[in-house]
Amino acid sequence: MMQWLSNMENTKPLALVIFFVVFVGILLYVFANKKRSKRLESYKNIPFLEDDEAGEQKDKDSRNG
Amino acid sequence: MAHSAAAATTQYNYDIIKKFALMALVWGLLGMSAGTYIAAELAFPFLNFDIAEITFGRLRPVHTTLVIFGFGGSALFATSYYVVQRTSQARLASDWMANLTFWGWQLSVLIGIIGYMNGITEGKEYAEFPWYVDLLITVTWVLYLLVFVMTLMRRSQPHIYVANWFYLAFILATAILHVFRNLSVPVGLFNTTSYSLYSGVQDAMVQWWYGHNAVGFFLTAAFLGMMYYFVPKQAGRPIYSYRLSIIHFWALSFMYMWVGGHHLHWTALPDWASSLAAAFSIMLLLPSWGGMINGIMTLSGAWDKLRTDPIMLFLITALSFYGMSTFEGPMMSLKSVNALSHYTDWTVGHVHSGALGWVAMISFGSFYHLIPRLWETRLYSVKLVYVHFWLATIGIVLYIASMWVSGIGQGLMLRAFDDYGNLAYTFIESVVFMHWPLVVRMIGGMFFVSGVVVMAVNVAMTIRNAKLEQAALEAKIAAKMAKAGA
Repeated sequence: MMQWLSNMENTKPLALVIFFVVFVGILLYVFANKKRSKRLESYKNIPFLEDDEAGEQKDKDSRNG
Repeated sequence: MAHSAAAATTQYNYDIIKKFALMALVWGLLGMSAGTYIAAELAFPFLNFDIAEITFGRLRPVHTTLVIFGFGGSALFATSYYVVQRTSQARLASDWMANLTFWGWQLSVLIGIIGYMNGITEGKEYAEFPWYVDLLITVTWVLYLLVFVMTLMRRSQPHIYVANWFYLAFILATAILHVFRNLSVPVGLFNTTSYSLYSGVQDAMVQWWYGHNAVGFFLTAAFLGMMYYFVPKQAGRPIYSYRLSIIHFWALSFMYMWVGGHHLHWTALPDWASSLAAAFSIMLLLPSWGGMINGIMTLSGAWDKLRTDPIMLFLITALSFYGMSTFEGPMMSLKSVNALSHYTDWTVGHVHSGALGWVAMISFGSFYHLIPRLWETRLYSVKLVYVHFWLATIGIVLYIASMWVSGIGQGLMLRAFDDYGNLAYTFIESVVFMHWPLVVRMIGGMFFVSGVVVMAVNVAMTIRNAKLEQAALEAKIAAKMAKAGA
């Protein structure tokens, strides 16, 4: 086995197959499941979470003040 | 213009971001001026003045080091420290380590450029730093990785926002590239010279594995991290597709590592390695354009912002240049096109289409968004942002168009034959042909540098106003307190 792996002519196509399978796996993970897709898309709002908090705080302040 | 909550300035470490942002502008101005000067030297060689320290060969690495590592690197430190804090909602893990990254990085750049002007260089493109600076950079980079990862570990969000993935890939890939490209044995402890561990075509392959991945991970992936945060923030709407950004990230990460060989077509590099690099370069078009479309489509339904917001103009124009240069790059990696384009000014034009159009424009746009927030004020002048935008855009267009003319003309002339199989043109005829395009390129550079001067004035006045506002506020509070006490 080690001898087979030490031959570059074997490991190069093996690496190609591994990378390809992993990449297809990522594609399936990202797009195949609707529920997961929805969850992943919800992460796009992370940069705005602080704005919301700041906005909410401002609203509270204006209500109190 | 929206302001971040005042609490943010105390909750987060903004001091380190301010320092890096200001140094990015200082190095950017110096580096781009050096670039314009050497462009002038190529058009008018008397400008060398027979002074060794300012000849093209010495100033060229000064220019590339200042703009890539001084300007680009400092801009990436600044924005990555900002983005990781804001999207993790956590303060930077360690203030003193972050400070060390600042001094380590600035010192590396400074020692590097002083050395180049005095002829101290390893002579490896974009890795010219001598061995002792390489060691300093390695320590700085390990600290950077620690600060970044430890901050991510302190995040209040369960998910790590995609911009941070790009920054992290940039930090990790740059570490690997830097270490393996610079493996060398110093001649002595007090000697500036060292011998590389590689030689011949192996050295060439390692050089371009390093060189192109520096483009891929330092100048592309990292600035995409910038894009994935600042474009949505400035547009006031989330990125077009988060899932596309995930695919964009993994596809870029898988493919970039293979393409360096396209810099060595028609050399002693084995043909299969050269063809493999060309094939992966073509495939790279897909993730590159996927990312560009993702960024531009973020404005879908709000295109009117381009009429009213000059910062948005910077960001979207940067993405357009990203799209253009990532189309041109794969095209130039084809062996037949490369036979004409390589060793000509076309390559120089292509690099600047990416460097000025993408890297610099996305940085300018991000800084115009960032700087008022860091100093809790408004930009001094939005009109000056427009002036900067047009100076920069005209400069880039003049630059790349003149380099197309010069490069393609050069390529055609150097491989033209007469009916008897002799070269149709002498080398000096191609140099004479290039003179006017080189003059236009120099003018393009002057436009671009003028834009940066305008930005520097705008930023300086913004900071000055912020300080005046702060002083006025403090005086008002002091007066109120005194009144209450009385």
